[in-house]
Amino acid sequence: MTLSQFLSQLFATAVSLLLAPLMLGWVVQLRAWLQNRRGPGIFQPYRTLHKLFNKDSVMAGTASPLFRFAPYLIFGCMLLASAIVPTLSTDLPLAKAADAIALVGLFALARIFISLAAMDVGTAFGTLGARREMFVGFLAEPALLMVLFTSSLIAHSTSLKTIVITQTHKSFTIHPSLIFAAFAFILIFLAENARIPVDNPSTHLELTMIHEALILEYSGRHLALLEWASALKLLAYSSIGIVLFLPWGISTKGSILSLLYALPIFILKLLIFGIVIALIETFSAKMRIFRVPEFLTIAFLLAVIGMLTYILLGVKAS
Amino acid sequence: MTELSIQLINLFASFLLLLAFAMLAQRRVINLVNIYAMQGLTVAAATGVVAYVTHQEHLYYSAAMTLVLKVFLIPWILRRLIKRLDVRWDVETLINIPSMMLIGIVLVVFSFNLALPISKLSTSVSPGTLGIALACVLLSFMMMITRSKALPQVIGFLSMENALVFAATSATSGMPMVVELGIALDVLVGIFILGVFMFQIREQFESLDISHLENLREE
Amino acid sequence: MGNSQSLDLVLWVISVWLFIGLLGILALHRFTFVARILFPLGGVAGLVLALAAFHSLINGGASNRILPIGLPQLHFHLSLDALSSFFLIVLGVAVFGISIFSAGYFRKSTGTAPGLLCLEFHFFLASMALVLISSDAYMFMVAWESMALSSYFLVTANHRLPKIRAAGFLYLLIAHIGAIALLLCFGVLQANTGNYTFANMRMQSLSPFWASVAFLLAVFGFGAKAGILPLHIWLPEAHPAAPSPVSALMSGVMLKMAIYGMLRVGFDLLRIHIWWWGVLLLVLGLATALFGVVFAAVQSDMKRLLAYSSIENIGLLFAAMGLALLFSSYGMNTIAALALTACLFHVAAHAIFKSLLFLTTGSVLHATGQRNLGRLGGLIRFMPWVAWLALIGVLASSGLPPFSGFISEWLLLQSFLFTSALPQPFLNMLIPVATASIALTAALAGYVMVKFFGVVFLGQPREEKLNQAHDANLFEKIGMAWLAIITISLGLAPNFIIRLIDPVTRVLVNQGLAAQSKSSGWWLLTPTSVERASYGPLYFLLGIAGAITLAFILVRIRYHARLRRSAAWGGGHPWANSRMQDTAEGYGQPIREVFETFFSMKKHLPKPEDTEPRYQVIVEDKFWNGLYMPVVRATEFISSIVGRLQRGRISIYLLYSFITLIFLLILVTGIRK
Repeated sequence: MTLSQFLSQLFATAVSLLLAPLMLGWVVQLRAWLQNRRGPGIFQPYRTLHKLFNKDSVMAGTASPLFRFAPYLIFGCMLLASAIVPTLSTDLPLAKAADAIALVGLFALARIFISLAAMDVGTAFGTLGARREMFVGFLAEPALLMVLFTSSLIAHSTSLKTIVITQTHKSFTIHPSLIFAAFAFILIFLAENARIPVDNPSTHLELTMIHEALILEYSGRHLALLEWASALKLLAYSSIGIVLFLPWGISTKGSILSLLYALPIFILKLLIFGIVIALIETFSAKMRIFRVPEFLTIAFLLAVIGMLTYILLGVKAS
Repeated sequence: MTELSIQLINLFASFLLLLAFAMLAQRRVINLVNIYAMQGLTVAAATGVVAYVTHQEHLYYSAAMTLVLKVFLIPWILRRLIKRLDVRWDVETLINIPSMMLIGIVLVVFSFNLALPISKLSTSVSPGTLGIALACVLLSFMMMITRSKALPQVIGFLSMENALVFAATSATSGMPMVVELGIALDVLVGIFILGVFMFQIREQFESLDISHLENLREE
Repeated sequence: MGNSQSLDLVLWVISVWLFIGLLGILALHRFTFVARILFPLGGVAGLVLALAAFHSLINGGASNRILPIGLPQLHFHLSLDALSSFFLIVLGVAVFGISIFSAGYFRKSTGTAPGLLCLEFHFFLASMALVLISSDAYMFMVAWESMALSSYFLVTANHRLPKIRAAGFLYLLIAHIGAIALLLCFGVLQANTGNYTFANMRMQSLSPFWASVAFLLAVFGFGAKAGILPLHIWLPEAHPAAPSPVSALMSGVMLKMAIYGMLRVGFDLLRIHIWWWGVLLLVLGLATALFGVVFAAVQSDMKRLLAYSSIENIGLLFAAMGLALLFSSYGMNTIAALALTACLFHVAAHAIFKSLLFLTTGSVLHATGQRNLGRLGGLIRFMPWVAWLALIGVLASSGLPPFSGFISEWLLLQSFLFTSALPQPFLNMLIPVATASIALTAALAGYVMVKFFGVVFLGQPREEKLNQAHDANLFEKIGMAWLAIITISLGLAPNFIIRLIDPVTRVLVNQGLAAQSKSSGWWLLTPTSVERASYGPLYFLLGIAGAITLAFILVRIRYHARLRRSAAWGGGHPWANSRMQDTAEGYGQPIREVFETFFSMKKHLPKPEDTEPRYQVIVEDKFWNGLYMPVVRATEFISSIVGRLQRGRISIYLLYSFITLIFLLILVTGIRK
């Protein structure tokens, strides 16, 4: 790994780190505008993080070292995930470190640690959140894997770099299986990032909590790290969506200049993605918890149908 | 250009499959009618593309007829029917939705396998779509079986006809116009009769729940 | 060291084990001598075994020996080839950790005398090693049966409890049914030549019909030992009933003997492959895996949970073997090698992390006397060593990067993606379904492990006396730490193991992955090419560690690191106690709801007018009532009919002998003509 590659990777990671709260703020602001409110401004998450970092961290007396350590680990996982996904360029050194399956595994690692941390203090909320989070995860993770496999079948590779290059450089072909995969991906996106209709990110009712219940016991800098980690997860998932379905504009060289060229396109795509998410969130109501398995099963089966369609329509043509 | 049109037909075929699954997963009757209208639009567009590629004039007329009937007229009739019958409730199914989708997947695999040897021999524009169309037929049939109210069954019947028309156009590059008109007339008559039946059922049993029809047994 | 010297060393280790066992008999009740000296010696011998097998694997080739013992015409044939060496390494490494743990585990008051336990334990180890180096059917069966017998005695070590005796009986029964199938299988394989050595069996070319018969018998026989559906019924009973080191040995190592047998018969002795063999193994494996993990999610006993999780992993191993068979039957040997590499890697990974998990349950059982998940909790505060080591096992078992369980899953999924190249389109469509079930199983495995770790070690203690739980003693710590270190190394340096596996796959399918793994060096795992797929566990570790350090330092520099302790927030409810956190059953409830068709559940729900409301759910295995009880009833029925032959009067028995004599005279004279 040369110095310039290292610097490019650092630059791309820093961009993800700084853009993540902005993406979150953009979605929240859009929802406010759609609901005819003034909204807190797109820079609000930065102010929240600053406030939280300044506060003392208050921890339960019964919390173990796992509880203290988990926010750092989860933050690290999400940062690594957003560094691995080729957001600005496919030629960065970390892109080789993980393919699609390992990326899903990385998200699973973060999910398991946050569930364990929630179970650590031993309150009813924590274990409730842990159970629900693992349940949503156990259905969403295979569905995400299937969606990634649909693209992998088309590109004959699970490496995200090859997927991007295949999509952008082959002649323009419409793959019907990608339509199924796109629908499935949107459903999974909503479930994994705790958006309405699966989970309400601003709820106070235990009846409707999944993500909020997990982080209920955290405060101060630990809570700030977890909030930043969720924003990074949102950014990482949006980047995966862009890589799979809208990869045009991602540069294939690794120099900092090409990264700077790719940056405005990336921000534009993120803005559009945010609008889509905000629209979906505003136009749907939160589902009852026991409908969530149905929701995710539909996503899972759509992804499987996508793979089947590819095999039917792809194999016979040759 | 034919490369692009073949991909477009494949795209429409996948859309049809997606809509057939969406019909399975719906709970409300109004959405079923809307999905049916979108299906009609997809079939019309596919017929149009096939007409363009194979240069058959009558398929343009067929596409236009499909558009008028299945996207505008029939859904309008159905919506009026829904309002008159006051049928806005949630549709209940005999088996729960995830199981239905699993059975749907099995049907899809089955029809894909069935269609593969046939599509290898076919000379039409895009042979792979036969399997998808067959899958849509089976899925609509399953929807008819597993719904417990009369109106979704009618819509299932209509969507089955949609899938058959699509199979005919894509697999054989269009049926003769006469055959197509004949099928359309059959469907129209069938709808009228079903509509009359629905009113009769409701008057007799004061509900459109078909389980009440089971009272008509020899005891 | 040459190959024959390695084989000599292996034989030497086996005799050391037998000798230690005999010493145990001589010192029947001398607890300290047996526990503190004999068991660690056995562990060190295991390490020597692993090193000898390692040398043999590195040097390549095979060495053979014929021992002068055995039947007059049928001496014991021994052979140490790549396949045997790999499994011997796994055996040796696991045994070292487990034996050291047992040195600290066995306390003075079990049902069996410590010397007797020592004999049975080391006899078990010796017979497993003998299974691995047998090269003829007779010796294989002798070693197989002694393995079953010694493990039976170990399972019923606490024989005063009737439940444990019943579990042992069920185990022995199914092991013997499997052994009968294996005998028949070897009978078919030797194809009427009368020569039962493996070398002879390799040279036979059986017709497809007889080859399939042999294959099906092998699947039945080895499947019974491995715990494949529907022959799994003994596993959840026997593994929890045994003492924890024995459970670790059985779950971690003995089940792999069945995998070894399946590989030996399926790939090495049966030279032709038919495609539906692979599909059968694949379907059986996937069904077993899903079944195992779903049942594990609803258990309330921590050892039963781990036993069902073992069933899941065995299912995945069979699925990998099935995939490899499928590919090799179409001649696609490189991809078959990929699937086999996934299988063998998982053999090593599972042996180590499952043993680690069972050993930690042993420590918990010792400290608290509880196996029921509903009476544990919060043990991370009182037993930190056990908890952190268990965490490593849990993370590996959930198939998470950068741990070892992930790598085998990754390799398996990679080999699935190649199946679109198969000529039969029906099989191509099976692939999304199979991939989906593997993904589902892996996700559920994470669920199960979070339940295990969270309910046992995290949260608040559910019983008062749990705060007297003591941490593990030195021997136990060393044993578990050894296994944890091996787990972490397997996860971080997969290329090393893949280079070890390469000679094994060359024996089985004539292909190996060593070339690719050499080209990518230490950092990346690229089984086919970098463009196709790559995974770098060290990158993961360094990336996450780097991010964590950066966050740690930057937060402290820019802001502060103040921390206050207080009561738990819990939404502000003032009367929270430990009963309000999730129980194990509560944690498994979503799985019970979604997968209702898998279980046979009996529910007893409270009614509004109950003065003492009770909620009871009993979850049972459908196979017990659906498959086993009818078979038992049919057997009893047939036995009762046959039992009518027993009249009790001597003249009737003499009449039987008379009739038989007349019959034989007629037969002999008839043949004469």
